[in-house]
Amino acid sequence: MNQTAGILFQLGQSLLLVAVAPLWLGWVNQWRAWLQNKRGAGLFQPYRGLAKLFNKEALLAHRASPLFRATPYILFGCMWLAAGIVPVLATSLPYSPAADVIALVGVFALARVFMALAAMDVGTAFGSLGARREMLIAFLAEPALLMVFFTASLISHSTALTTIVETLAHKQFALYPSMAFASVAFLMALLAENARLPVDNPATHLELTMIHEAMVLEYSARHLALIEWASSIKLLTYTVIGIALFLPFGIAQAGDWSALPVAVGALLAKLAVAGPGLALLETLSAKLRIFRAPEFLGTAFLLAVLGMLTHFLLET
Amino acid sequence: MALPLTSQLINVLAALLLLISFAMLSQRRVLSLINLYAWQGLVLAVNTFTVAYSTGQDHLYFSAALTLLLKVLLLPWILHRLIRKLNVKWDVEPLLNIPVTLLVGIVLVVFAFNLALPIAQLAGTITRSTLGIAMASVLLSFLMMITRRKAVPQVIGFLAMENGLFFAATSTTYGMPMVVELGIALDILVGTLILGIFFFQIREAFDSLDLKHMERLRED
Repeated sequence: MNQTAGILFQLGQSLLLVAVAPLWLGWVNQWRAWLQNKRGAGLFQPYRGLAKLFNKEALLAHRASPLFRATPYILFGCMWLAAGIVPVLATSLPYSPAADVIALVGVFALARVFMALAAMDVGTAFGSLGARREMLIAFLAEPALLMVFFTASLISHSTALTTIVETLAHKQFALYPSMAFASVAFLMALLAENARLPVDNPATHLELTMIHEAMVLEYSARHLALIEWASSIKLLTYTVIGIALFLPFGIAQAGDWSALPVAVGALLAKLAVAGPGLALLETLSAKLRIFRAPEFLGTAFLLAVLGMLTHFLLET
Repeated sequence: MALPLTSQLINVLAALLLLISFAMLSQRRVLSLINLYAWQGLVLAVNTFTVAYSTGQDHLYFSAALTLLLKVLLLPWILHRLIRKLNVKWDVEPLLNIPVTLLVGIVLVVFAFNLALPIAQLAGTITRSTLGIAMASVLLSFLMMITRRKAVPQVIGFLAMENGLFFAATSTTYGMPMVVELGIALDILVGTLILGIFFFQIREAFDSLDLKHMERLRED
């Protein structure tokens, strides 16, 4: 009985994340527009964009291989998988032993590799340029992300995300200085991995600066829709990972279904605040030159390492 | 995690201090360097206050107030005025590039932590584990003084080093005697004033604040 409920909950939660991701993107974009004194396109604009793209006829380049066609589906699948692992509302996820945090980073990496391969597949200049830049940023952001996860793992003696969140949220309240470092590093990695502003500007198609957009230039219609949907799921997944690691208060304990309404409320409140926060951060920062990006991510990595070191010094 | 809340707070403040030290190390602008210095002073004052509150050492309240007055308000104000008069808002030019400096910084942190570990095990104060961080921030400020070429960032490095030493004193022995503390406070105040006068002299003699002009001896 309990197991069925768990599986149903798991299914519901991952579906919810997938369904809500464009809304969350719309919320961030809306706040960004407001902060820049614009009116904004409304909360539901990402859904309208997706609907429009799904109704169009898909066009493929002449020399596109099956890889090119398969990539949007792989990407979407990877992001859905990642969204299923993260404890968002409750820590009882029967599916989560399938992958710990290291595998989670691996899932993101898998999606990225396919994206880069597909970008180079057609053979346009922009595609390979974007792929190269994406890999440059990714290989620097990934160790920072792993170090953040390791810091959290050291505190909770486990690499499973549910156990980590369980430890952080429900054990006796404690301030972790190492998590302060890790949160800054995670934020920097989040901005870089999701092609947000200091590293890449999601709103522009300027040839010289774009990274993520350069890779998806050749896609159209349903393929493009899936890719855009996947990247909004990715942004939401990263955000909820951040919330689960650094602000886990209010998340429901395993098997405690009565705490679920509180958890939903807490999550909504946290996401509602995180949206303007992200938008404000992006409004305040200017885009870095591409060769400054390694410095930015190097700082993120150093902060994460510092977090681990302070864990050994202060918390053992 | 059986630590009392105040001691956890001290740990968090110590971590913040280290974070600010790294931020200073990676900073390119003189103006934000001064602001970071003021923030570091604020963290230090809050930390001293917390130690005073948790241990009941009354004289630490005075030194917290002194820190607040001197390092958060007075010295940053003097430095702001100084750079306005000298008109030096230019970017700091480090000798090493920033990522390399940060890497050296992390090596220093590991070194300081290792060095502090055996000492901290002997100490009996509630703040003993922060000794490593204090040493690390002293070393980081030292690194900043070494890798910066211009005079103003070097002076800020010097002041940040004093912050680190002060933090070390608070964390290992619950602060130095009041006389020593007052003496040091007066010292860095006078030191900053004198260095400020020096800046004008240096600029008059060499037309720049770049200290590499002072490496050569001229016999005329």
